[in-house]
Amino acid sequence: MDRRKSIKSIILGSVAGGLAVNGCKPVSEESLIAPTVKVDEKHFGRTPLEKELIAELNAKTFFNPHELETIEVLCNLILPATATIGGALEAEVPEFIEFMSKDIPEYQPKLRGGLMWLDHKCNTDFGSEFKSSIETQQKEILDAIAYPDIKVPENKRPLEVQFFSLIRNLTLTGYYTSKIGIEDIGYKGNTPNIWDGVPQDVLEKHGVSYNEEWIAKCIDQSKRSDIAKWDENGNLLT
Amino acid sequence: MQIKETSKIYDVIIVGSGAGGGMATKILGDAGLKVAVVEAGPFFDPKSPEQQTQLKWPYESPRRGASTVRPFGDFDSAYGGWEIEGEPYTRKNGTKFDWFRSRMLGGRTNHWGRISLRFGPDDFKKKNIDGLGDNWPIGYEDVKPYYDKVDKLIGVFGTKEGLRNDPDGFFLPPPKPRLHELFYIKGTKKSNIPAIPSRMSMLTKKINEDRGVCFYCGQCARACQVYADFSAGTCLIFPAQKNGGQIDLFVNAMVREVTTNAEGKATGVSYINKEDRKEYKLKGKIVVLAASACSSARILLNSKSKQHPNGLGNSSNIVGKYLHDSTGASRSAFIPDLMNRKTYNEDGVGGMHVYTPWWLDNKKLDFPRGYHIEQWGGLGMPSYGFGFNPNDLNKYIGEKVGGYGESLRDDVKKYYGSVIGVSGRGESVAMKDNYCEIDPTTVDEFGIPVLRFHYKWSNFEIKQAKHMHETFEEIIHNMGGHILQDRPSKEQEYGLLAPGRIIHEVGTTRMGDNKKTSVVNKYQQLHEADNVFVVDAGPFVSQADKNPTWTILALSWRTSDYIIEQLKQQNI
Repeated sequence: MDRRKSIKSIILGSVAGGLAVNGCKPVSEESLIAPTVKVDEKHFGRTPLEKELIAELNAKTFFNPHELETIEVLCNLILPATATIGGALEAEVPEFIEFMSKDIPEYQPKLRGGLMWLDHKCNTDFGSEFKSSIETQQKEILDAIAYPDIKVPENKRPLEVQFFSLIRNLTLTGYYTSKIGIEDIGYKGNTPNIWDGVPQDVLEKHGVSYNEEWIAKCIDQSKRSDIAKWDENGNLLT
Repeated sequence: MQIKETSKIYDVIIVGSGAGGGMATKILGDAGLKVAVVEAGPFFDPKSPEQQTQLKWPYESPRRGASTVRPFGDFDSAYGGWEIEGEPYTRKNGTKFDWFRSRMLGGRTNHWGRISLRFGPDDFKKKNIDGLGDNWPIGYEDVKPYYDKVDKLIGVFGTKEGLRNDPDGFFLPPPKPRLHELFYIKGTKKSNIPAIPSRMSMLTKKINEDRGVCFYCGQCARACQVYADFSAGTCLIFPAQKNGGQIDLFVNAMVREVTTNAEGKATGVSYINKEDRKEYKLKGKIVVLAASACSSARILLNSKSKQHPNGLGNSSNIVGKYLHDSTGASRSAFIPDLMNRKTYNEDGVGGMHVYTPWWLDNKKLDFPRGYHIEQWGGLGMPSYGFGFNPNDLNKYIGEKVGGYGESLRDDVKKYYGSVIGVSGRGESVAMKDNYCEIDPTTVDEFGIPVLRFHYKWSNFEIKQAKHMHETFEEIIHNMGGHILQDRPSKEQEYGLLAPGRIIHEVGTTRMGDNKKTSVVNKYQQLHEADNVFVVDAGPFVSQADKNPTWTILALSWRTSDYIIEQLKQQNI
């Protein structure tokens, strides 16, 4: 059986339940093994109680407008847009941080206290709040708190250093779990496909190779839709 | 309040719908018996658009998959966890035990790791080998025909390796290793530690017309919408229904106790309907408990009557005793040779493609039982936590840690896929003094007395954990890696996780020939009530250095065959 054809029938046969094949793309193996997925945008599998909890959190507000504006400035300094791809603001990271501050309330004192520290420090040094200071001043403040002494355990570092680590963590995780961030990192999965091993150029780049004896035991993907049958000793016949 | 009774009499009432209950439903339903399945959680079908989490993106969750609500994150399929509101449990004398429960059709099989290992001949006869614990009253040869049948019915990939205590089965071919797994293979080989294709219950190949074939999204913990991995609902209960079985599903029904008659035989169960919070009774000729080792023990202990004043099947005082979980300890490492990766889709199956079965002789070691090693790594889908401490690994390559701005993007990309984790999962020794019992001072929100746990690791497990770390360090060193955590100290029990954390708890209704030292016989039938059976992991005499699910399935099938046979002979 032609491998390409068999892979097509495999996907049609096996994923008929929740997935539909995209028939409009040009015919290539790539399009045959990567059907588009019917996703119900309204759900991500929440139970009724979980939905209620999300609605409750969304109905609350933690940061006041000044705090949120300061977070926006911080997010933009931590992960600005580049010439080719959006940054933390385009990825709506401040909104995500607002949600997380309610979802994990333990974050609240550190976040709010850290924002107060920023304004206090900026006022003391430059006579202005952090968000309205000029960028060189903002960076001067950040330079003092953005490079932790790694010999000191995290919970023993000064509050402002811990605060910056937390806001940086939230900014990066918010960004890289967004559509833009996933594009930036180059994650290629979360889609139906047929895994058939590491690409040859990658193996070479990292100086490893497949053992032939091992590979001989692995699935021959052209036979994946043939129903498994064994002899009485467990040797696969199909 | 009057307890509501139905007039219908079932041939069999099955309590719980996970691996054991699912298999009993399939075999007894297919045999034409009238079956009631009573499940404490809601109906669940991973194909349902409303319940599905598979193929969702992190940004579909406002918390990006964080574990605030579900212990393994928003996209994990388990409804439940180690703590469930309204369903407490307690602990005794400052000891630790964490009890994981999934309240849903299919139970924990919806999210489990699918590591599907047979116990080997030695695993049933450990007392013969090291003098500790007890032998099972059955041996590998008794279970082998059922392992064979489970392999063919459900599907498991693996390879024939001819390892004496890790028996081969009827395998589907495994997927090829991923990049980090090639490094793991290299690292183990250097120390003569075996690494072989893993054995897991995802369909790399079609086994029938009802189930789909794996499309390699790596998300088995989310439960598969094409039923390409094993869950009790999708692979056993739904097919049993489709096959014309007379199966009534009772969901959101929390069983309180097994009811008995003047002869001490079971007459059915009573349960609380979670929706109207009223108590109901179901009548059945046979009761099969499959509520999970601790839940089934709890039901038996709460089933007190004139005939069974100490709880059903508990005149021996053994119900709840010999509780044991697998041991677990882990480390992770940064592998510089895995830096700066080209990205491609390597989701693969959910979990490892390669693992290490136990390979040493305990006679030459200072601890009695073995462990297997699981590993993880790769270019996974970002989820909450991804990007935390984005360049901490700089310290290993002599660069500055911290900062902000565009350079962070390069850092995140530089290290994406360069960290590997290794975990040991080992066998503990079953001890009478590790147990669960009824806590008379506490009830759950349904008014049912809860469990109280007493559990301590012994030096056997602690020394085993130490050995795990020595092995991890050696493998990581061989891979040219930097270990990311210090070795936990003796005072920290070498990082041994609290019992219950590996979610392999077994042994609470153990099997044996002697009524004084065991709860069920070799057919998992209560010594004291011949129409009550236990088909979860409660009857395990000892946990192996394997995961329990495949053995639960095989033994549940064996018990179901026995029930059919006994009914034919009119013995029960």
